[in-house]
Amino acid sequence: MTAETLIASLQLSLPELVLAVGALILLMIGVFSGDKSAGTVTGLSVLLLIAVGALVVFKGVDGTAYAGAYRSDAFVRFMKLLSLGGSIVALVLAIGHRRSEPDMRFEYPVLMVLATLGMMLMISANDIISLYLSLELQSLALYVVAAINRDSVKSTEAGLKYFVLGALSSGMLLYGMSLVYGFTGQTGFSEIAAALTAEHRSLGLVFGLVFVLAGIAFKISAVPFHMWTPDVYEGAPTPVTAFFSAAPKVAAMAILIHLVAVAFKPIVHDWQQIIVFISIASMALGAFAAIGQTNVKRLMAYSSIGHMGYALVGIAAGNQEGISGVLIYLLIYSVMSLGAFACILAMRVKDGGAVEGINDLAGLSKTNPAMALVLTLLMFSLAGIPPLAGFFAKYFVFMAAIKANLLTLAILGVLSSVVGAYYYLRIVKVMWFDDAKHEFVRPAGELKLVYGLSGLFVIGYLLIGGPLGAAAEAAARSFY
Amino acid sequence: MTDWPILTVVTFLPLVGVLLLLLTRDDSPSGRRNVLSIALLTTVVTFAVSLFIWIGFDNANPGFQMVEKHAWLNTGISYAVGVDGISMLFVILTTFLMPFCVLASWFAVEKRIKEYMIAFLILEVLMLGVFVSLDIVLFYVFFEAGLIPMFIIIGVWGGKDRVYASYKFFLYTLLGSVLMLLAIMAMYWDAGTTSIPELLSHKFPAGMQTWLWLAFFASFAVKMPMWPVHTWLPDAHVQAPTAGSVILAGILLKLGGYGFIRFSLAMFPVASEHFAPFVFTLSVLAIIYTSLVALMQTDIKKLIAYSSIAHMGYVTMGIFAANVQGLQGAIYQMLSHGIVSGALFLCVGVVYDRMHTREISAYGGLVNNMPKYAVAFMIFTMANVGLPGTSGFVGEFLTLLGAFRANTFVALFAATGVILSAAYALWLYRRVIFGALDKDTLKSLLDLSAREKLILYPLAIATIFFGVYPAPVFNATAASVDLLLKNYTAAIEAAHSVAVTMN
Repeated sequence: MTAETLIASLQLSLPELVLAVGALILLMIGVFSGDKSAGTVTGLSVLLLIAVGALVVFKGVDGTAYAGAYRSDAFVRFMKLLSLGGSIVALVLAIGHRRSEPDMRFEYPVLMVLATLGMMLMISANDIISLYLSLELQSLALYVVAAINRDSVKSTEAGLKYFVLGALSSGMLLYGMSLVYGFTGQTGFSEIAAALTAEHRSLGLVFGLVFVLAGIAFKISAVPFHMWTPDVYEGAPTPVTAFFSAAPKVAAMAILIHLVAVAFKPIVHDWQQIIVFISIASMALGAFAAIGQTNVKRLMAYSSIGHMGYALVGIAAGNQEGISGVLIYLLIYSVMSLGAFACILAMRVKDGGAVEGINDLAGLSKTNPAMALVLTLLMFSLAGIPPLAGFFAKYFVFMAAIKANLLTLAILGVLSSVVGAYYYLRIVKVMWFDDAKHEFVRPAGELKLVYGLSGLFVIGYLLIGGPLGAAAEAAARSFY
Repeated sequence: MTDWPILTVVTFLPLVGVLLLLLTRDDSPSGRRNVLSIALLTTVVTFAVSLFIWIGFDNANPGFQMVEKHAWLNTGISYAVGVDGISMLFVILTTFLMPFCVLASWFAVEKRIKEYMIAFLILEVLMLGVFVSLDIVLFYVFFEAGLIPMFIIIGVWGGKDRVYASYKFFLYTLLGSVLMLLAIMAMYWDAGTTSIPELLSHKFPAGMQTWLWLAFFASFAVKMPMWPVHTWLPDAHVQAPTAGSVILAGILLKLGGYGFIRFSLAMFPVASEHFAPFVFTLSVLAIIYTSLVALMQTDIKKLIAYSSIAHMGYVTMGIFAANVQGLQGAIYQMLSHGIVSGALFLCVGVVYDRMHTREISAYGGLVNNMPKYAVAFMIFTMANVGLPGTSGFVGEFLTLLGAFRANTFVALFAATGVILSAAYALWLYRRVIFGALDKDTLKSLLDLSAREKLILYPLAIATIFFGVYPAPVFNATAASVDLLLKNYTAAIEAAHSVAVTMN
């Protein structure tokens, strides 16, 4: 690598470099001033992430770097902004959470910044080596934040479960990648694609494909690799769960899209049937398993499993509409999910601290009408009822599936959305039809800000959907 | 006339009321009065403005009028609105019924009046949106979005089993609609547009029409509701507050019939012809079976709910008879039923507000102390039966005539429904109004108050007026109906000639 290409590479990856250096500086600040600096470090982390986001927007150029290991294009920038946004909002939620439970350590924001760095690199990964390395950077940070509340048995259990299962899935992913490398002799995505043909693909390669997809399915918590999700969602501190529900899924979806739309593009029929299966299974399980839940965080876990299934519908379609549908889906889902978790964080009773039961929301429409209204909008939106944003998310991915003639997938998908509507309705019912048991304390301003904005988004998508759709379409064009 | 976006204004005018309501408080008597006044004023103004649609409407023009079109969401979906002869009067019906709903809730709704009125005004926006949409996705958005306020209305202000009824209503209709959504997407990929006028001129392949027709049928049959997917309606009706029942019977049920005319019949003519015997069978079953069920009800609202299902049977029968009489009759029947069934539910509301029971056996002899009520109730009962001189007759007669031209046996069986409807309606009337006034609780009941007169009298006048002089309605609908049927017949003939040449 000559000096010029190195400099060009460094310039292209400027956002990641800033983020990495920033994370180290934040760590120093935290270490030298101790736990009392947690608030400062969190605030600075938010600023750092916003600065990086600005870099992505204003300094983003297309190209590859580091001998093809790193790439940047419209799709990459879209996904990076999405995961940065998810991290920023999760950090803001953590600030709001600290007002009532000041036990969060300063390592928490630093780890989140490191996880975000991992995600950015994942999204930019253009060969399987950089993909794996960045995925591990992200995962290791996430294992620790899941267990950040080390005095709580639940949180440590969640962290441990996540770690063991996550390590297993990483192993599968690595094994699959080694098979892919073995049968194609390539590590770069486009080189792998060039070495593949639909007619002459070896069985070993399909094995590799299956393992790779299994490993990624774990990261996006798709059925049948979803088992960790409810436990981790329930056990981890709520701001952490909020974080888990958005940004890491975006990053994992990005690598899935890169793999299937670039690297495995020639063998579309092999991966399509796998994606169709995990998509149907996720939608169905997400819909049916959530019915019996009483804990709202567990319910959101099943909801996220289901939603990943819907997002996979767009990937399964394997056309430009599908990719742009997935992007819009992830954007809308992230906003809805973070808004819902902001509401969950605001569920605090005066003398009992945080509560997580669905029945604790009883009568919310009387005690806190604004929050009830937002949560109602979010629930209907998650259920995919028009005119809210969640409907359009589903509309675009199913549109792509119909175009690709995946009728079974589409029909099973919309039917499971009806089943799913049942449990979202239950939350609405509890808030509106039941009488109040207790009143929640006034939510912190940051939480109000987050759920207010997300409520505005799901209703305002009607007006602002045009430019967002155009951005997603431009991003999806990177592949076609 | 068309230089200002009248349809958009009418559709979204109730949102102004919603904004005002959001700024008020309803926790004092004067606050409550403010809420009611704002809601009433909004609905009345909306109605008044919507009359300009009728005034400006060109009866001779069979196409869409007052069209507005803007790109939306960057996806080929557009915000396009317009009315033709088929949809225009439904817009007027919707705006016409809303003030009565507000008036009916004046005292009946005790808790959370502000949220109640907000839900109603939003519902009005969504229903108007369904009728004026000229983009099929926009149509679907409005069509489905109506579930949200209705779910809340039934669930919060409903009767004892409101939670069950609201879930059933929501999930049933959602299940029907999602398949339609997939059909809409398939139509987009086939025709390359979601614009209704363009889809109307697009010829879908015959094989595809069958599937599309079935998917749309799944949605509209539930909404209509047709036998055997009607079971959500009695529950929803009984549990909903009075005004909710009025909207449900008066307008929401018409969405299904409107959809059948606009989409199933007009866009999939070959499939419609193919499935017409199937629809006839279900319609006749609905007419006879639900009339018999209505006969045995002990709950007044449930009886009227079943009678609504029977009347909707005439509508589906008339639509798929696919001739001028059938189609005109179906539209007329829907408009008339919108007024009559709404009025009947309001009549039930009058006694329910006094007695807080809907059991038929709790009443009897009301003619003695509520003569004005008895007269109003009688007019609507007769209209429900389809007595000549009331608006119910025109629609029922024309649909039967249309069905007779299409299939004699269908008309034969459907006509027995007229007798059955006379049986249950008159029997209900006898048990509630006539007889001796021997129940102590009933003796102290007062006749109609000024507010109730304000609700029932205009509706009674409308019922009789349109029974005697239906011309304004037919004048408005004729051109569009003729055009629809011309296209329909042409498509059928084309399909047949293809079949002949292939043989």
